[in-house]
Amino acid sequence: MNDDAPPGVCRRTVLAAGGAGLAALNGKAEAQSAGPNATSAETPGAATPGGTEAVVLRVNGQERSLALDPRVTLLDALREHLHLTGSKKGCDHGQCGACTVLVNGRRINACLTLAVMHDGDEVVTIEGLGQPDALHPMQAAFVKHDGFQCGYCTPGQICSSVAVLEEIKAGIPSHVTADLNAVSFSEDEVRERMSGNLCRCAAYPNIVEAIREVQERGA
Amino acid sequence: MKSFTYQRVSTPAEAAAAVAANPGAKFLAGGTNLLDLMKLQIEVPTHLVDVNRLGLDRIEPTAEGGLRIGALVRNTDLAADARVKRDYAVLSRALLAGASGQLRNKATTAGNLLQRTRCPYFYDPAQACNKRNPGSGCAALGGFSRNLAVLGTSEHCIATHPSDMAVAMRALDAVVETVHADGATRQIPIAEFHRLPGDTPEVETALRHGEFVTAVTLPPPVGGVHLYRKVRDRASYAFATISVAAVLVPEGGKVAQARLAFGGLAHQPWRVTEAEDRLRGQGADAANAVADAVLQGARPTEQNAFKLPLTRRVLAGTLAQAMQG
Repeated sequence: MNDDAPPGVCRRTVLAAGGAGLAALNGKAEAQSAGPNATSAETPGAATPGGTEAVVLRVNGQERSLALDPRVTLLDALREHLHLTGSKKGCDHGQCGACTVLVNGRRINACLTLAVMHDGDEVVTIEGLGQPDALHPMQAAFVKHDGFQCGYCTPGQICSSVAVLEEIKAGIPSHVTADLNAVSFSEDEVRERMSGNLCRCAAYPNIVEAIREVQERGA
Repeated sequence: MKSFTYQRVSTPAEAAAAVAANPGAKFLAGGTNLLDLMKLQIEVPTHLVDVNRLGLDRIEPTAEGGLRIGALVRNTDLAADARVKRDYAVLSRALLAGASGQLRNKATTAGNLLQRTRCPYFYDPAQACNKRNPGSGCAALGGFSRNLAVLGTSEHCIATHPSDMAVAMRALDAVVETVHADGATRQIPIAEFHRLPGDTPEVETALRHGEFVTAVTLPPPVGGVHLYRKVRDRASYAFATISVAAVLVPEGGKVAQARLAFGGLAHQPWRVTEAEDRLRGQGADAANAVADAVLQGARPTEQNAFKLPLTRRVLAGTLAQAMQG
């Protein structure tokens, strides 16, 4: 997404504008209620409640500086502050995997981690894996094999799939690995390793086929 | 999520001091359980001390021939460590049986031990829970208790500790190392780390406020066959209904040494010395006598009474597998 482009009118920009107004009001209210005595004398190095923390994230190869309430999750920082809305909020509790992104090369649930914990970290989202005119091989394989129906879980599925193949290549065992020292690709391995990504449309067989194709091409 | 302040620290003692100085403060490591509970306002810390950059992410040999696992070693890295896979395979197996790939990449060794002992009623603020709101009662006792504890329960709580890792560590006699704000250290045997609910189910571990876990040590390896068998409602990514961590040293078709710890049965990983004694010098056919000792004093609810015969079958299957080599 080009940050400099004037936003068109769409549901998301209307909602975001409304939300920004509310956020400004809330921020003001919190700053006032914090008052002059709300210093951090008992907790050296701590910020004032309701204040913001400076965070620098390297997102899809670009350095992004943010000032965030420490409550902002990595997922909300990506979606609401950097407008990278590819990563999805499903359960918001680490159960569905729709928010899966790659941080320093490893897949995690962006909803269950705070953005401030990731100062200086390298984040890759679905937008960073590929773009419509230059799809990542895993994105192309999901399209080819119908690895989705509604598509809501798909960005998380694809980020997770890319990491799963890396984990197998790195010899990281799973629950279904018979010999902890001999990790190899199989359908059972894919199903076990993808268990943190739910698909309510149940496109699972096609997701497995997509991952298999990318594995075979890369092998 | 309630508002809180955030702080990074550079040494373990500084982390301990920062939390000790503030009754509303908590340590923040992987955050996979804490942030989950903060979103529901079940945990409401006013200050978080981020301990992720303390360099406690190494696994090192100890002078005694064991391993010292840094508190911040991620579950994935611990499970995949060559020494753990070789000498403590039950720990690798237990870790890999827990959570999802994404969560194991984030969750830490100390955080796994310190995740809340919990049940579905703990997660539902509309329900009575002595753990979440001491004195309010236990909705689980007369409620949906199918997956809850059968051993070591009290009239105040029947929650189970959900960790698979801790069950393996209990079988391996791990020791938890901590530091206080004043720099004093303590070594807590895993057997004494997680508490039974009694009349204070909200107190789950032996740690004091501000006491910071720096590492978990494993004694020298004992060899033998390492198995972790987990029975659950789904094939993956679900808490144990019952699990068993078994380290068995076979000798001439009999068990020379046995270590057995169980998950899904109690508020802490469950290990019974008498059960292991009954297995010594015996074969897989001793499973029932061993299970009798494990299940001594069990007080199941109507809904989870099935866990008793299931424990027997899980144990029998595990012993049979171990004796086959």
